[in-house]
Amino acid sequence: MSVDADTVRRIGRLARIRITEEEVAAYEGELNAILGFVEQLGEVDVSGVEPMTSVTPMQLRRREDKVTDGGYAEKIVANAPISEDNFFMVPKVVE
Amino acid sequence: MTDLTRLSLKSLRDGLAKKDFTALEATNAYLASIEAANEKLNAYIAVTAEQAREMAKASDAKLAKGESGALEGVPLGIKDLFATKGIHTQAASHILDGFKPEYESTVTSNLWRDGAVMLGKLNMDEFAMGSSNESSYYGPVMNPWRAESGNKDLVPGGSSGGSAAAVAAWLCAGATATDTGGSIRQPAAFTGTVGIKPTYGRCSRWGIVAFASSLDQAGPIARTVEDSAILLQSMSGFDAKDSTSADIAVPDFAAAVERGVKGLTIGVPKEYRMDGMPEEIEKLWQEGLEWLKAEGATVKDISLPHTKYALPAYYIVAPAEASSNLARYDGVKYGLRVTGKDITDLYELTRAAGFGREVKRRVMIGTYVLSAGYYDAYYVRAQKVRTLIKKDFEDAFNAGVDAILTPATPSAAFGIADQEMNADPVKMYLNDIFTVTVNMAGLPGIAVPAGKDSAGLPLGLQLIGKPFDEETLFAAGRVIEKSANLDLAPAKWW
Repeated sequence: MSVDADTVRRIGRLARIRITEEEVAAYEGELNAILGFVEQLGEVDVSGVEPMTSVTPMQLRRREDKVTDGGYAEKIVANAPISEDNFFMVPKVVE
Repeated sequence: MTDLTRLSLKSLRDGLAKKDFTALEATNAYLASIEAANEKLNAYIAVTAEQAREMAKASDAKLAKGESGALEGVPLGIKDLFATKGIHTQAASHILDGFKPEYESTVTSNLWRDGAVMLGKLNMDEFAMGSSNESSYYGPVMNPWRAESGNKDLVPGGSSGGSAAAVAAWLCAGATATDTGGSIRQPAAFTGTVGIKPTYGRCSRWGIVAFASSLDQAGPIARTVEDSAILLQSMSGFDAKDSTSADIAVPDFAAAVERGVKGLTIGVPKEYRMDGMPEEIEKLWQEGLEWLKAEGATVKDISLPHTKYALPAYYIVAPAEASSNLARYDGVKYGLRVTGKDITDLYELTRAAGFGREVKRRVMIGTYVLSAGYYDAYYVRAQKVRTLIKKDFEDAFNAGVDAILTPATPSAAFGIADQEMNADPVKMYLNDIFTVTVNMAGLPGIAVPAGKDSAGLPLGLQLIGKPFDEETLFAAGRVIEKSANLDLAPAKWW
């Protein structure tokens, strides 16, 4: 499988990374080099093999469903580029 | 007075305990060598001199009262990937500009609990994506090592290039690092230092900027095997805040260092004998096996048949997880923000300006392999191959192998701005060919300096162990270190 220029533009949109027209060709080449490299996985017989979901045999720990942390909104927004009254500020999203 | 920066971490710690010198003296000695070297080496991207002196004074007070911790007064460098409260934490990326966390990572908290002193934050490949430390927003790190005849700048490896260079150039007594595909072991091999990636789950990932969560593990880089054991001891331990943290006891790693290899079976995987492997790497490997045999180990040929598929599977799994983990950098919650005409514009412009080329490439690959219609063909298949890679190791261990010896890297350190590597991303990825299998299987792996190439540059060997058996790696690593008996002081040019 390989990607074309349109696919590069589409991936850029899905990844929310602006790709300029001048960059498309270079990305196309680089992504195809990587996809060409991973193509060899097609040789492996994986019939009946379970995909790995956890690298060590472990059960995800559970805990009681209650609030154990929080109450410091000012710390949460402390690194925000723009905030107001402990809210993150973004451009208008609803007309 | 002896140069305190030249002492091993163990000797420094013991000297502090005996009050031969103070923690403030040791910290000042390191701060002075950073000051003198960093402009050339670029290992530190933030130096926290004032805080370091405060921490050292606190350690001196504790030492005076006889209440010292396991690392009391020992000055360390911290990879920029670890969240350090109120201090520069940017994963060497532009997109985290100005980020100062409100919290401390578990691993660094453990180090401060044991009395260590923080000298500053260390350079790295952006978001730990790279094998040469050249993808850092803060510029490349120089390897303190140069060829015996020549003055060409070499890379220290990556992604923990700042950690490895700082340890090798005596700019800290030891450093934290992380390893997703070889990012501790490859730079350790390139700089003549010791680096261990412990078993997945041994060190908490909480507060470490995430790259590929199923592969990421923290570990130390140090100047000796014993130093690395002492550091890993403090860094390790169960943490309820990391859902994949292993709830098992941490053994006394330092006690295992001199245990020897008598009676152990060392596996030699035939698949690691790559076509076109340099003769000096092959020779080093044979030498390592002879050393282990001379100390009473048995060597056994083994097969790990899916080895060649580990790197391609990695370049699906790691970018897929990265594309998901890096979705959080959106110009809203922290770091860089580039204003656009609407919210989507803001996201796209911020991420285009904030991420470097290698990071964008990996996020794009990850986005593609997870996208509708490709998920099964790429991601699910890669995870199935990963199951087979892990099974290869399990079969070897079940057949009586205690540890596996391989080369750490396919070559010694290469030049800064290497044209071939930069022209072809896959060439750069091949640096991790011997190390990446270990992450895919969640196993512990240690890189130990074992020789030098014809240009006098350090070369390392890697030992791979059973899950949670880092002790055997320290014991066997120590045998290699002792037998190689190398002079690991780079000639000072900086």
